Amino acid sequence: MGEKFAEKDVAKLDELLADLGSQKGTLIPILQKAQDIFGYLPREVLIRISEKTHVPLSRIYGVVTFYAQFHLNPRGRNIVRSCQGTACHVRGAKAVLSELKSQLGLEGDETTTKDLRFTLETVACIGCCGLAPVIMVNDQTHGRLVPEAIKGILESYK
Amino acid sequence: MEKLARAHVLICGGTGCSSSGSKEIIPEMRGKLKAKGMEDEIKVVETGCHGLCELGPLVIVYPEGVFYIRVKASDVEEIVENHLIKGRVVDRLLYREPATHATVPDYDDIAFYKKQQRYALVNCGHINPESLEEYIGTDGYEGLAKALSMKPEEVIEEVKKSGLRGRGGGGFPTGTKWQFTRNAVGSKKYVICNADEGDPGAFMDRSVLEGDPHRVLEGMIICGYAVGADEGYIYCRAEYPLAIKRLRGAIGQALESGLLGENILGSGFNFMIHIKEGAGAFVCGEETALIASIEGRRGMPRPRPPFPANSGLWGKPSNINNVETFANVPSIMRDGGDYFASQGTETSKGTKVFALTGKINNTGLAEVPMGITMREIIYDIGGGIPNGKKFKAVQIGGPSGGCLPEQLLDLAVDYESLIRAGAMMGSGGLVVMDETTCMVDVARYFLNFTQDESCGKCTPCREGTKRMLEILNRICEGKGTEEDIPLLESMAQSIKAGSLCALGQTAPNPVLSTLNFFRHEYEAHIRDHKCPAGVCTAFVGYTITEGCRGCGLCKKVCPADAISGEVKAKHIIDPDKCIKCGACQSKCPFKAIEKG
Repeated sequence: MGEKFAEKDVAKLDELLADLGSQKGTLIPILQKAQDIFGYLPREVLIRISEKTHVPLSRIYGVVTFYAQFHLNPRGRNIVRSCQGTACHVRGAKAVLSELKSQLGLEGDETTTKDLRFTLETVACIGCCGLAPVIMVNDQTHGRLVPEAIKGILESYK
Repeated sequence: MEKLARAHVLICGGTGCSSSGSKEIIPEMRGKLKAKGMEDEIKVVETGCHGLCELGPLVIVYPEGVFYIRVKASDVEEIVENHLIKGRVVDRLLYREPATHATVPDYDDIAFYKKQQRYALVNCGHINPESLEEYIGTDGYEGLAKALSMKPEEVIEEVKKSGLRGRGGGGFPTGTKWQFTRNAVGSKKYVICNADEGDPGAFMDRSVLEGDPHRVLEGMIICGYAVGADEGYIYCRAEYPLAIKRLRGAIGQALESGLLGENILGSGFNFMIHIKEGAGAFVCGEETALIASIEGRRGMPRPRPPFPANSGLWGKPSNINNVETFANVPSIMRDGGDYFASQGTETSKGTKVFALTGKINNTGLAEVPMGITMREIIYDIGGGIPNGKKFKAVQIGGPSGGCLPEQLLDLAVDYESLIRAGAMMGSGGLVVMDETTCMVDVARYFLNFTQDESCGKCTPCREGTKRMLEILNRICEGKGTEEDIPLLESMAQSIKAGSLCALGQTAPNPVLSTLNFFRHEYEAHIRDHKCPAGVCTAFVGYTITEGCRGCGLCKKVCPADAISGEVKAKHIIDPDKCIKCGACQSKCPFKAIEKG
């Protein structure tokens, strides 16, 4: 896999493939765990998975691009998920999202900041509707938001 | 044996309350009690969700049942000093009824809970979800023990007798579904729990999984025994990390105690449960797509028949039910099907959990008997609309559902009545909308969602929803024409008739139901170039009035550089540059910016 990836990460991937690679129905868990190791799913990793599981690369690519959870490009250290659920929508999620974008300096379809500090994505519903509008930064939920609160929240994540 | 505590402090550790800060309260409470040497006298329990998430973090002190809201770590000392030591209730942290502002110290007297009948949610918020003993202490696994002493056919009969119907949306009779899988030919069968709760605005499954995970396991094991399966899968959204953690813990405990695995309770029956994490695709809530996803493929639905009952996971007979459905099963076995059937309406038995959200005072989860009116749910339990605004509509059933207007508030809610009204039960998400919500925008919102989540396999759904969304975008942008409404209606009918799975078949519902009850709003957008609710930005503009003192704050805050003006002179907004974000209006200290 070249020098692009840390040796211990590659070792972890091989261990994972040795563990699950031959069982049926494990492609999605393998991809989930591989993404946990590398932060995203680089092409080289997908090729390695294909070789070891004997699942065609085209099918793996099909699965990766189908599910919102999988990413083919590097992601920020902190993942900001802005909830666009119905409850959040009627309580001002749009304004929160546009404030996030402007604070992070993201334009158009950009999702990750240049310094890889943040990746911003939208989710359909976090299931925290009681606190709408809501965002999730990594595993932490922030609720009852107003656009003015965004700056302070982002500053607390390095 | 553990010492008997004189009081219990229940602190909600559900996702809502955790994000409001209950994580800090728990160690603070334990620390303060320890400092006073009372850690043996008073037990602190981290519970699952109480359902009143809006007012979290919630703390409840038993035996009195005093209900504290929005508790902060800094309030802990006062609760310990005054309540737990001196026996004086901390008045300022008590719940107040929105209507009367009177404080209500007692949990059971709060209007939000009074009309509820907690059956599936009975333990949520009252037990420690990570303790098997507490679940057993509330008669947990008694239903399983009873089921195992019966013949599988008798278990199915009992479920049929209860009248339980699928709580995930379809409303298919659960007992009949089990019967199909039982009758299917094959020695290997599966039970699948659909925990891919994807409807925006619904979080009852999350609450059950986080607050009472053993109940779901027990329901699945009973189902496995009844249909003749020895393996089960829980397909849970990866967005619910706490639910997955609690489920894993519960599975481990059940295995250790002989409630799961080989020879369950000495009956000779074997059953194992695995967890599969979803990877973020709404369509995976559809049963055939969910099966494809467990098998490691793209989650695309396939035509039925064959139904999963005959050919499901890996081509084997599989029974799929939703979390809330399974959560009802243990009590049905324990109390008998007749008791469950004594609740509810002619065709819809038992209780249903609704997630109350949107423009409503008490947001949260409410479990009520079927047949209750929407008015009771919204006004008696939900406490009505906040800020003195007027009720406009309630959206029920998520992206597959519809909006009900004021004149249908007295509708007795059950599966059939909602379908007749052009909505559906769905998973039970209720989003309340007031006069400041634009119904065209709501329809657009849902179509945007289904369009995004359409898997792309069949053309009516993939292309049809896209074209409908384009029309709605056009209307919201002020470019709608008279032909747009009949076109939307005819497309909606074609998509409903031609789509492969329920996602496409129900995707036009939000448009049809808003057209049915709020056609005048569509017409106002098209004919009068007005958004009656003032939501669609194409029709609003901001102007600076004579009250402007030229402080320059608006100029500074404007993200589009649309405001100009000299210091101490009246500023102006360039309407071409203005993106109508409203930032200037909220910043102006002189209230000199008007929206219109």
